[in-house]
Amino acid sequence: MNGLMAILLKEFAHIRRERTTLFFAFVVPVLQLTIFGYAIETSIENIHAVVYNLDGRQESRKLIAAFANSRKFQVVEYVYDEGAFDYALASGRAQVGIRIPPDFTECLLRGRQAQVQVLIDGSDSQIATTAMNSAALIGLNQSMKRGFAFAEAQQAAAARDPEGKLALPIEVRPRLLYNPNLESAHFFVPGLIGIIMQLVTLFLTSFAIVRERELGTLEQLFVTPVGRAGLLLGKLIPYALIGFVATLVVLLVMVFVFRVPIRGDLVLLLTLSLLFLFTALGLGLLVSTLAKTQLQAIQFAFIIMLPSILLSGFMFPRSAMPGPIYIVSFAIPVTYFIEILRGVILRSADLADLWSHIFGLAICCVVILTLSVSRFQKQLD
Amino acid sequence: MTRPDADAGAAVIVADRLTRRFGDFVAVNEVSFQVDKGTIYGFLGPNGSGKSTIIRMLCGVLRPSGGQGFVLGYDVERDAEEIKRRIGYMSQKFSLYADLSVDENLEFYSRIYGLSRNRARQRQDELCELVGITPFRGRLAGNLSGGWKQRLALACALLHEPEVLFLDEPTAGIDPVARRELWDLLFDLSGRGVTLFVTTHYMDEAERCSHVGYIYLSRLIVDGRPAALKELDAVTPAGTRRVELLTPQPAEVLHRLRQVAGVRDATLFGDALHVLADKDLSNDELRNQTGRTPGEVDIRAVAPTLEDVFVTLSRHEAKQRAS
Repeated sequence: MNGLMAILLKEFAHIRRERTTLFFAFVVPVLQLTIFGYAIETSIENIHAVVYNLDGRQESRKLIAAFANSRKFQVVEYVYDEGAFDYALASGRAQVGIRIPPDFTECLLRGRQAQVQVLIDGSDSQIATTAMNSAALIGLNQSMKRGFAFAEAQQAAAARDPEGKLALPIEVRPRLLYNPNLESAHFFVPGLIGIIMQLVTLFLTSFAIVRERELGTLEQLFVTPVGRAGLLLGKLIPYALIGFVATLVVLLVMVFVFRVPIRGDLVLLLTLSLLFLFTALGLGLLVSTLAKTQLQAIQFAFIIMLPSILLSGFMFPRSAMPGPIYIVSFAIPVTYFIEILRGVILRSADLADLWSHIFGLAICCVVILTLSVSRFQKQLD
Repeated sequence: MTRPDADAGAAVIVADRLTRRFGDFVAVNEVSFQVDKGTIYGFLGPNGSGKSTIIRMLCGVLRPSGGQGFVLGYDVERDAEEIKRRIGYMSQKFSLYADLSVDENLEFYSRIYGLSRNRARQRQDELCELVGITPFRGRLAGNLSGGWKQRLALACALLHEPEVLFLDEPTAGIDPVARRELWDLLFDLSGRGVTLFVTTHYMDEAERCSHVGYIYLSRLIVDGRPAALKELDAVTPAGTRRVELLTPQPAEVLHRLRQVAGVRDATLFGDALHVLADKDLSNDELRNQTGRTPGEVDIRAVAPTLEDVFVTLSRHEAKQRAS
């Protein structure tokens, strides 16, 4: 523990002089949270559509209105020949092309099946999937309306509601729990907190050590009687503090800007945040033992950050990942922390609900800290 | 290895076949020497010859791959932390905190060495006076000039009154006046009984050391007192003598003399030539070979300089290793 106070005081002096550290620790996370929180919007609306209506009569116009009224589609262009239709799609001005054949109205009036072609640009799978489902649903609804009208005329019905009106034989009644308005912020912002905490602590700690290595001051310290524990704790405690305060700031932004309330136990949430913070500090320390220069530290930090963002379940659901990648995601500490964050914040989960994630995070923490602390020696090789 | 004078007295630093490998590369190859208390031991050698590696091993921050090292009786591998408590170290490049002031740097190292508050203040004042940095105590270390940075580094290395001071090229890149002043400080410290181990490139600095060692391609090829090294047989072999030749345009003459039979070696030394010649080649014969009128050439016998010693010995060594 020799020299702990010396290193601590010096580190705070550095932070006081080097304002970018504080900027990076507090302003950048809030900016990131705000930008990402608003930008990551998963509900897709207003997909641009081009219409090639060869019929032009009332029935066809009703169908187009149904597309527009769903708000999933926005008709950006009406075209009158094949070439313009193809061009609108190929140029990317529209992702969806609706072609209504000349005999559309006739078919419907004569009781024959009418066909509408919907071309979908499949480049962006999310948009394409939404467009495909919505188009099918609109077709189904329109068909059902016609079916109901026909059944009414025949005085026959497959099912009726208690008031005696025509109704669907089976009614599915979904009810949304935890995030009733399906706001994507509720899902993304808690996860984002984990990502930002890791980003800030990982970069700050690894830089604080690698900078000294690069400047040669670390070598100078190695030749003093400063204890290994004192040196380590002196370098880590200031950034643990900064990381913790940054977490509080980001939580405040979540609650008051994004209106995502913390439903669960705040003390539990903060305690588990500390556990994650130590894991992230360990990662930073690990990077600092691998990197000789600050440039290398950035590269190593990115190697750690990328899977944390892509494979932790923050962006894409883990259950949909292929087997080997699903297994890899267990080795990523932030995976567990995101589960914990979402659990406590959205579902009011308690210790008993989360124990498996806490256990996983604890194992990551112990493994990473043991590895990085044992690699950090008062030696140059 | 040649060891011209037997070392006596208390050895403060002992290297015994000290070796360090980095992968296949042998940076330090079985280097052995001793440094006695109170001496200034100058360690010379070309870039990359292993000087810094040896210092790092002796300071306990780099594990030797072979051999042993002792500083103040402590094993560099086993008791590294005991050594670190008792030595001062100044590395090759400035390694204090540029964003802290002179006082803050001193304060930091006082805490690192665990000095009491009163002791720390007293030592800081003493050392600021000693290195003359008192007027700049509030200035940021990064804003000091090269020479002042080195003085601050020296002050920081001396806070805990170390018995041994390791300096790795302390004068590299600072101006001649600052260089001279730093050496005056080192002599002062030596006078107070501090043992100094200094690496350097400069021959004039080597001449001031009480002992010098010369490392060439990871091997120590000679060490001893400068005076003793100059008398080595290998430097001025039997049947040869060293003369200084004063002549206009010495560079042209150098070229001519190197072709002359009986001239073993000739080097430019300032505006003179140093020639190692066979004894039976007389001054007159030498004078005739220069191609100048005899009146223009002044010849006198000289003792070899340390530069002569190291140049001769490294050629010798290179030849030996080649065969």
